[in-house]
Amino acid sequence: MNRPCIVRDLGRMNYADALAIQLSLARELKEDRGTDHLLFVEHPHVVTIGRNGHEGNVLAPLAVRKQLGIELFECDRGGDVTYHGPGQIVGYPIMDLRKWKRDVGAFVRAVEQTMIDTLEEFGVGAFRIPGLTGVWTGPEGSEAKVAAIGVHLSRWVSTHGFALNLKTDLGYFQHIVPCGLPRPVTSMEKLGACVDAGKVKGALARHFVKIFDFEPGETV
Amino acid sequence: MIDVVMPQMGESIVEGTLTKWLKKPGDTVERDEPLFEISTDKVDTEIPSPSAGTLAEALVAEGQTVGVGTIVARISGGPAAVAAPAPAPVAVAAPAPALPPPPATAAPVAAAPAVVAPVVARVVTAEPAGPLSPLVRRMARENNIDLSKIPGTGAGGRITKEDVEKHMSQPAAAAAAPASPSVVVPPVPSPTPTAKTRVEPMSNMRQKIAEHMLMSKRTSAHVTTVHRVDMTKVAKMRAKNKDEFAARHGMSLTFLPFVARAAAEALRAFPIVNASIDGPNIVFHNEINMGIAVALDGGNGLIVPVIRNADEKNVLGLQRSIVDLAARARSKQLKPDEIQGGTFSITNFGSYGSVFATPVINQPQVAILGVGTVEKMPVVIDDAIAIRSQCYLALTFDHRLIDGAMGDQFTAKVKAVLENWSEDVL
Repeated sequence: MNRPCIVRDLGRMNYADALAIQLSLARELKEDRGTDHLLFVEHPHVVTIGRNGHEGNVLAPLAVRKQLGIELFECDRGGDVTYHGPGQIVGYPIMDLRKWKRDVGAFVRAVEQTMIDTLEEFGVGAFRIPGLTGVWTGPEGSEAKVAAIGVHLSRWVSTHGFALNLKTDLGYFQHIVPCGLPRPVTSMEKLGACVDAGKVKGALARHFVKIFDFEPGETV
Repeated sequence: MIDVVMPQMGESIVEGTLTKWLKKPGDTVERDEPLFEISTDKVDTEIPSPSAGTLAEALVAEGQTVGVGTIVARISGGPAAVAAPAPAPVAVAAPAPALPPPPATAAPVAAAPAVVAPVVARVVTAEPAGPLSPLVRRMARENNIDLSKIPGTGAGGRITKEDVEKHMSQPAAAAAAPASPSVVVPPVPSPTPTAKTRVEPMSNMRQKIAEHMLMSKRTSAHVTTVHRVDMTKVAKMRAKNKDEFAARHGMSLTFLPFVARAAAEALRAFPIVNASIDGPNIVFHNEINMGIAVALDGGNGLIVPVIRNADEKNVLGLQRSIVDLAARARSKQLKPDEIQGGTFSITNFGSYGSVFATPVINQPQVAILGVGTVEKMPVVIDDAIAIRSQCYLALTFDHRLIDGAMGDQFTAKVKAVLENWSEDVL
């Protein structure tokens, strides 16, 4: 049984505005009058702290953040500290998991798979590391994280999602301990892969629709 | 009593970390209202209450990781013993709780996690009529109260939290405590209720508000100046956008964020209004952190949560902050740092119909802007009578630091921004 999913690209939008759109779509789903969505967005520089987060993992002091124009948000997604910024593809699946699987683990694995399949399409071998949610790449012993995941569920409706580094300025990650892990981050650009945001978003949407068993839907 | 368990969140998930309590013991909860948040594998999930009632016990501390099926909380009261719906899919045979079960309670019944038999196997000895809630037990223990001396007014003669509070507020209870021999404290005259009065203790919040108001009046030289502002342009902007705004952002667009935006601009222009007095020094605040006074429902007090860096937000951002802070103020979910660090405040008495008022400064700030109700009025423009949307803005300022001329220049700036509203994008 295929369900519809609307894929919508919000373009460049600040964190708070995108959050408002997420919450409004999630509310509709909770009230059984909404449609599942996959939102794409590119945020200006912002550091967000998840529920498991630790202010101590934000390394840059306020003055430095202000100078660099980095906003700071505390939010209710899972995970620790992360950075979003230009050149990164942020995807927010706003989904009613009651209509898919009521399974948190399966949901996160499927989001990871969406990115693993997409990266493979562009010639990047990526994988999971058990216990370290996200998508990783690189040789054993020096794995680097190419995509991060952090999700919030309320009545089985998901908000927040994933962030795939396309051509992110990785220097900005030095201001945080990403996800509280002192491990390197990387980007598709650094890996020598495609950096056309349109193509990568198209592939992400295609794999997402397939993996979550949506009917191939409209793109707004 | 209804037990709330760590729900089953998926096949591979055997445990979860409780990241945040959204309610405190003693708080009332509605059915389906989020009770706590758990974190499993980078997913943060709100767990709703399976039943209406009072959160009697929170058995797991924030940050603690417990297995699926572990009892996390107990809800008392409400429609007792109604089979509550599971907040999440019902767990399969739950493992024994990882926590030592609290004393004198029924053992959790496996395989029925969310609804556990209400107070059946409880052993009650030498205790007053009716079962006692854990909250009442704890209050009695902490305050050394003999529960057999308290008449219960709850269902079936049960002793409620209110009964204990009433008992504690009575002079007899105070007298029971051993008096300190060396210090003679004159007894606080406790008014005796008569047929024509009713006496009840002030809540903590009320006492704090009372202290703060008097302290502020004693501290600052309060002066209020009132300017009339033509809100027609803003009203048109609002009328044009409000349907789309509500549809897109899920909240209505009010006048308040426009005023906050204008005030932020004026604060930038006149930094002395965004300052404090510290002894012989003036402390200028580089950040504009705007307090928004929120009246709690039912006249139950007042709280002033703070929008940080308010000057960096547009109308949308300000409206969202206002809605969010007000909602969380009313549901008591503000974090401590969200009610601290304000450098200026706004109070919107217009929402209750007031045309203008003279607000009290929120210390240690030096000014507060009161917003009167916006209404259409006939006004004279170029010797013709026109109908315009008008409101009065009242600025109360501390005359120790701010001269009358400065107070008026500031308010005139707020007025000018509102009357010549130039932002097309909200």
